[in-house]
Amino acid sequence: MIELTDLSFAYPDESPVFHGFSWHVEAGEVWSVLGPSGCGKSTLLLLLAGLLHPRRGEVVIGGRRISRPRPRTGLILQEYGLLPWASVYDNVALGLRIRRFYGPDGRHVPQDEHVDRTEARTRVDHWLARLGIDDLADKYPGQISGGQRQRAAIARTLALQPDLLLMDEPFSSLDAPTRESLQALTLKLCAEAGLTVVLVTHNIEEAAFVGQHVLLLHVPPNREVRAVDNLHAADEAYRRSTLYQAACSLLREEIERGCRSTVGAPQRGLSEDG
Amino acid sequence: MAMQRQGGSTERQRDVLTTRRGLSVVGAALSLLLLWEVLALIVQIPILPTPLAALGTFATEFAQELGWHFVVSLLRVVASITLAVALATPAGLLLGQSQRLDRLFSPFIYLLYPIPKVVFVPIVLLFLGVGNLPKVVIVTMILFFQILVLVRDRAASIRPEILTSVRSLGAGRRAMFRFVYLPATLPAVLTAVRQSIGTAIAVLYVAELFATRYGLGYYIYLQGSTLFDYPKMYAGIIAMSILGLGLYVIVDAVERRTCRWMET
Repeated sequence: MIELTDLSFAYPDESPVFHGFSWHVEAGEVWSVLGPSGCGKSTLLLLLAGLLHPRRGEVVIGGRRISRPRPRTGLILQEYGLLPWASVYDNVALGLRIRRFYGPDGRHVPQDEHVDRTEARTRVDHWLARLGIDDLADKYPGQISGGQRQRAAIARTLALQPDLLLMDEPFSSLDAPTRESLQALTLKLCAEAGLTVVLVTHNIEEAAFVGQHVLLLHVPPNREVRAVDNLHAADEAYRRSTLYQAACSLLREEIERGCRSTVGAPQRGLSEDG
Repeated sequence: MAMQRQGGSTERQRDVLTTRRGLSVVGAALSLLLLWEVLALIVQIPILPTPLAALGTFATEFAQELGWHFVVSLLRVVASITLAVALATPAGLLLGQSQRLDRLFSPFIYLLYPIPKVVFVPIVLLFLGVGNLPKVVIVTMILFFQILVLVRDRAASIRPEILTSVRSLGAGRRAMFRFVYLPATLPAVLTAVRQSIGTAIAVLYVAELFATRYGLGYYIYLQGSTLFDYPKMYAGIIAMSILGLGLYVIVDAVERRTCRWMET
């Protein structure tokens, strides 16, 4: 699904964030990207989203080199990005309106996607219901809670039927119970649709709950992939198990080690440890 | 169902608020008329007729000559508003989106924005001569800068996460305009028009003093300073007040309708 090859990236007048970085993600995999602030997590996500462009190397998604946002990639941000002047319904319908605005041009909209008005309405209603916000359809974003806003943002993205979902700290401004229920719901919906997921977070517990694989980034430049396998992720029971505790402390150790040195650690599998 | 009921009750609340606001405005108007009446009765001079006399003249005159002057002034203002919105909105959107262009143009706007445009009336008249064009141009100049500055600032202050996420939904330049920049800046256009409509009509008055035989400015000046027909002069002043007030109320109502999301 995702193939990064020999990727290098630096912001203007700054030292590189990635240098010769290669990474491979299979379709249907769920990855967390974990690291301290400034490690390049969000940069990686924007590169995958086609909103930033590498200096060297390439980003290939679904067999195609990315140079602009790809219609089948969904992006969810911490700050929701809802239009404040539009109702929850209109916000969820926004992506579909944009699709109808361009028509299936293969550039902004997948070539095989024809969304007529009825189809759009059905999809919006479906995703409002799946995210449990159908009774908020007429509210404006300013009238609902942070968790409800993020639900609207997720519904808006999933209504476009993406095959890859990128999330940048999507649950970080939410309180703990809201965060945990929304993590579980999002993962459930993604699993149903067979989505490939990359979730960026600074929260170790979140990384351990969400990601079947955890990509660890450290103080830049990031040169090689340090990843931890975490095969029990996304199971509600896992969150209360000792295995989960072990995963969190292992990730914490790895992060702390990464902060002290930039030497790549060998990959370790939690399933074997447990 | 529950949702609709809730929507209905906020609708009703809004209606109640609107009615209450309307009533208090009418109350204020009546108080001002009463004050005028009292003043007129005390001073008892021809240059201050009572409001009843002035309104009576206004009613009879409006059906005749005054009505025409009113329509001419109204059309001039509406033409100016249309022209200013059509020119300033795209310019503001452009400057709001491009820091490079904004850096280039903002010193010019900084210089030109605060200059009272009314001083350009004689120049514009010299260059554009008689007729409607110079009046429309001068009023457009006033509205243009107000709209430009507000639209530019609004466009520049759209939160980056909105831009990023809407782009990720597949929006290119055209869709960003249609779905983000336009709805985000429409309230700014309305606010700018509403705020500057008073100034615009004041300057229209000045512009209509010269090189024209139509318009409320001409009518008021003619009645007051040439014909010394004070009731008619007051009728003209009432007409001009209604012009300003009416446009203000209309723009205000449109603004409230389109900006309901801001109320919460």
